[in-house]
Amino acid sequence: MKTIQTPLNNDELQSLHAKDFILFTGVLYTARDAAHLRLIKDIEDNTPPFELEGAVIYYVGPSPTPPGQKFGSAGPTTSSRMDVFTPTLLDHGVKAIIGKGYRSKEVLEAFKSHQAVYLLAIGGSGAYLGQCVESSEVIAYEDLGPESIKRLVVKDLPLIVGYDVYGEDAYVYAKTL
Amino acid sequence: MRTINTKEIKQAVFEACQSIQFRYSKPMEEAIIGYMDQEMGVGKAILKVLLDNSELASSQHIPMCQDTGMVVIFLKLGQQLHLEGDYVIDMINEGVKEAYDVAYLRKSIVKDPLLERVNTNDNTPAVVHIEITDDDRCEILLSAKGFGSENMSKLAMLTPAHGLKGVEEFVLNTVFTAGPNACPPMVVGVGIGGTMDQAAKLAKEALFNEIGDRNPDERYANLEKEWLTKINASGIGPQGLGGKTTAIDLFIKTAPTHIAGLPVAVNINCHMTRHVHIKL
Repeated sequence: MKTIQTPLNNDELQSLHAKDFILFTGVLYTARDAAHLRLIKDIEDNTPPFELEGAVIYYVGPSPTPPGQKFGSAGPTTSSRMDVFTPTLLDHGVKAIIGKGYRSKEVLEAFKSHQAVYLLAIGGSGAYLGQCVESSEVIAYEDLGPESIKRLVVKDLPLIVGYDVYGEDAYVYAKTL
Repeated sequence: MRTINTKEIKQAVFEACQSIQFRYSKPMEEAIIGYMDQEMGVGKAILKVLLDNSELASSQHIPMCQDTGMVVIFLKLGQQLHLEGDYVIDMINEGVKEAYDVAYLRKSIVKDPLLERVNTNDNTPAVVHIEITDDDRCEILLSAKGFGSENMSKLAMLTPAHGLKGVEEFVLNTVFTAGPNACPPMVVGVGIGGTMDQAAKLAKEALFNEIGDRNPDERYANLEKEWLTKINASGIGPQGLGGKTTAIDLFIKTAPTHIAGLPVAVNINCHMTRHVHIKL
C-alpha cells in the first residue's frame, strides 16, 4: 500500500489516484463545524491558529481518550457541512482534507485548481482510526470540547483517495445520480 | 399494582447507553459477514475494516464511532404500573449523564439549537417518547442516534395520488441521496401514515427492529424485501465506494392516516444501528 507523509510535496500529491488505499503519516489538524466558523473569522483577522500553508485538515470530533489508551474514537464526520468554508482554506494553502461523503461541485473545482486532494476515512471505524494517533494537543478553541482544533501526529492512518489532483472522483455513483 | 422505583430505570439507561457503543449486535455482525461473501475488492475490504473496528472497540473498550449519538428512548409504561421515586425523565437523564461520563463517550448535545449552540457537556437531554400500554410492564427501547445518518433522513407529506409508486420513489431517492454521507451500509426505517409527527416517530421506531425482522403484514414484508433489493442494486455500496451492500435491512411501520394524506418518513441509521430493548 502507498504511504504518504507530511509535509506533502507536489510529487506525492500527484502520485495519488482516486480509490487508492493509502497510509498517512504525519501531522494533521482537526476541525469541524464550530471550529470552522471561528477559523474563517481568524483567517479574516489574519490570526489563524496554525500555519495553513501545506496543512492537512481532518473533519473529526474525537471521543475522549480513556485512561491507558492512546486516543479515543476518531472517525470522519460528514464533509459537506464544511463545503461553504473549504474554498477559503484551500486558497490559504491547505493541501489535503480528510472526511467522508460527497462534496459540492465548487469544492471539487477548488481542490483541482489548487492541486489539493480530498481523502476519505472509513465512517464508523473510529476505534480503529483512533489507534493511529501517536500524540494530540489542543491548539485552539478549547471551550468547544470535542470540536476544538487539535494537532494530531498520526502513524499509518488508513485512508482512501476520494478526489485526486486530476479531477477523478472515487464516488462514481455521485456522477450518475 | 406493580411498583418500580425510577432508580431502576436510571440504572437500566446507564447500562444500556454503554452496552451499545462497543460492539455490533450479534445479528448485525452475522449480517455483515454474510454480505462480505457477495462483495469484492473495495467493498469487501471496507466491510472487513468495519468488523475489525467492532472487534477492536470491544477489546480496547473504545467506542466504535466517535459520534456516540443523541440518546432516543421509547419508554413503554403499563397502566397498571406504579412509578415511585424521583421524576422518571430526570432519572433517565441522570443515567445518560453518568454513562457518557464513565464510559468516555463523546458529549454531542448543544442546549440551544440555533442561537448559542453551547455544549451541555453531559450529552443530555435525551429525546424521550412515552407510550402507555395495557399491562403492568416497563419497557425501554434505547438508541444512540448518530447524526451523519440522522441528517440524511427525510419526511414528505405525499398525497393519495402519489400512491405506492410515489412512496417508493421517495424512499429510494432519500437513500440514494444519502449515499456515503450516512456511512453505508445503512439500516433504513420507513414510517408511512399518521400525521407528520407520527410518520417520523414510526420511522424512528422501525429502527429498533432486529436485522431480519419482517413486518407482520405480508404485503409490507414484501415491500421491505423489494425496496432493500432495489437499494442494494444501486451500486452505492459500503461507504459509497461501489458494491452490493448499500443497506443491511429496511423496516416499514404504518399507521392509519387522513383521507387527504400519505405522510412518509425515512429515518436512516448507519451500520452500527445502536439500539437495545430492555424489559423491567
